[in-house]
Amino acid sequence: MPKTLFEKVWDAHAVRSLANGQTQLLVGTHLIHEVTSPQAFGMMRDLGLGVAMPHRTFATVDHIVPTDQVSEPYADPMADAMIKALRRSCAEFGIVFFDRSTGKQGIVHIVGPEQGITQPGTTIACGDSHTSTHGAFGAIAFGIGTTQIRDVLATQTMALGRLKVRRIEVNGRLRPGVYAKDVILHIICTLGVNGGTGYAYEYAGEVFDRFSMEERMTVCNMSIEGGARAGYVNPDETTYAYLKGRPYSPTGAEWDAAVARWREVASDPGCAYDDVVRIDAAAIAPTVTWGINPGQGIPITGNIPDPAKARGADERTSIEEALAYMKLKPGAPIKGTRIDVAFLGSCTNGRLSDFQEVARFIKGRRVAPGVKAIAVPGSQGVGLLCAELGIDKIFRDAGFEWRSAGCSMCLAMNADKLVGDQLCASSSNRNFKGRQGSPTGRTILMSPIMVAAAAVTGSVADAREVFGVSAN
Amino acid sequence: MALEKITRIAGRAVHVPGNDIDTDRIIPARYLKCVTFDGLGEFLFHDVRRNADGSEKPHPLNDARHKGATILLSGANFGCGSSREHAPQALQKHGIRAVIAEGFAEIFFGNSTTLGMPCLCASRADIARIAAAVEADPDAEVAIDLASQRVSFAGQSVGASLRESARDALVNGRWDPIGELLEGAGEAATVASRLRYMAV
Repeated sequence: MPKTLFEKVWDAHAVRSLANGQTQLLVGTHLIHEVTSPQAFGMMRDLGLGVAMPHRTFATVDHIVPTDQVSEPYADPMADAMIKALRRSCAEFGIVFFDRSTGKQGIVHIVGPEQGITQPGTTIACGDSHTSTHGAFGAIAFGIGTTQIRDVLATQTMALGRLKVRRIEVNGRLRPGVYAKDVILHIICTLGVNGGTGYAYEYAGEVFDRFSMEERMTVCNMSIEGGARAGYVNPDETTYAYLKGRPYSPTGAEWDAAVARWREVASDPGCAYDDVVRIDAAAIAPTVTWGINPGQGIPITGNIPDPAKARGADERTSIEEALAYMKLKPGAPIKGTRIDVAFLGSCTNGRLSDFQEVARFIKGRRVAPGVKAIAVPGSQGVGLLCAELGIDKIFRDAGFEWRSAGCSMCLAMNADKLVGDQLCASSSNRNFKGRQGSPTGRTILMSPIMVAAAAVTGSVADAREVFGVSAN
Repeated sequence: MALEKITRIAGRAVHVPGNDIDTDRIIPARYLKCVTFDGLGEFLFHDVRRNADGSEKPHPLNDARHKGATILLSGANFGCGSSREHAPQALQKHGIRAVIAEGFAEIFFGNSTTLGMPCLCASRADIARIAAAVEADPDAEVAIDLASQRVSFAGQSVGASLRESARDALVNGRWDPIGELLEGAGEAATVASRLRYMAV
């Protein structure tokens, strides 16, 4: 019987059924970071447990690591303590740690693919909801809580119920100036922030066939923002080309055998899905959020919703709450909204192609007066490539602060925070109240190129107009 | 490891209305700076409960009438966003023992179950009835029975359900799966040995 990739990977990793009906699922690759793992190591020590498969566990620091300070001790004593705790645990249990001194540190969802650790047909778990990013390679990747991190450390397995699979096909061609970020924002706006509950999303169609791995990662990354615990793209030649020659990729005969396995793991033609959604690529516009969750978005040419025109009491309440927080005027164009900060980075859009694309357009331009613009490469590797290509200089010349790798202002656990009710044009993934570090700080999510357009004009702008975009 | 069989939770309730209440709202990221979960209860819903100077804002959890409530009532898609277990931990450390909402985000639901904190789904109308009863009498006892999947309060009773795997785990005292997972270690090693990429 034809099967989906999800079913094949699940079946290959299912250990046994648990008493409550869940599955004990083998986790092929466990990624850990400094913020959600210390408590798990504490629980392990309390229970006298060891790490079952240290060779399938990989660590880095990203969430709290400062991006404006590279030498320790860090100014924030708690950040320093958390990083040292992880370093100690990795040494104690024999876990590979991509520490800053290795030159391979970065956001865990950027480091995994970069190192070739993220591979098709595997299961991946990490104590971070954006673990879905790794699905871009045809892996089934789950964000987990700290008690589950303990479970995976101790047993390399976790208890999980099987998900349904929704195929989301995007066919046709994206219009010029429309990027992967717009595709996922459009999907979330269409299906809702909880539309994916109970599902894994399989992204497919002509647009995904043409997408680079980095574009696929941007989309899979935000699956959780649509309520889907996992999202993936079937592996293909683009996947294999990306992985070939990476540090943890197989080599020689092993490589050929791996590619043969990866071909087999893709969803079979004619397999059954629990749901199928089709989206016309040409209908997707550069998309920006106006509210306090990622599903509250509109095309850049659109107007801010008016609660008076809401389709019911629920929608009215949520628009009112969002606009009161965002201090935006109902019915007004979103374009032209003044910004204070521009943030380019995060596990959603902190990869080489994001900086490369923006660099093409900001060369010779200047960040608008009064705007603080920061660019944060997602990994030391990305930072190094940008330096080799002179991209960091283009950003600096344009007036961006060019930082070292980390999550930075996406969740603002380090010193990179909004102040007061500053409004931030952000390439990150969440516009929740207070997300960027100030309890009254405001976030508008958008693609990197739109962040650049906002940075140089000082307000939410249509990048196609600002940069005269006629083709991608 | 013998775990409590969680079959009935009774206590006072507090209604925190709203849909899509996310994990950053439940516990802002700056309070994740910790190496243990102790003390997180203090920061529950911090930014919607406190002003910058630390003084209290009007919020159901700050309302003296609801102090000591152990059952939280809310709207749709509760706990969306991050996988941070700090969110259910903060609720639990604050004294919350169960959440009744219109729906839950997946990761939050799983994290809560693993902590022995049931998350039950009820209809909006039924949540409104419980909330109205609590508003009329904040001391009213709200009792959740996981066997019958019903909530009793002020002489009334409404249905509130949860996924069978979670209900089973709670009522049978196996909501923390570590014991069972450890029992399957041998089988897990066998499955791993069939997967080339997991070779040492």
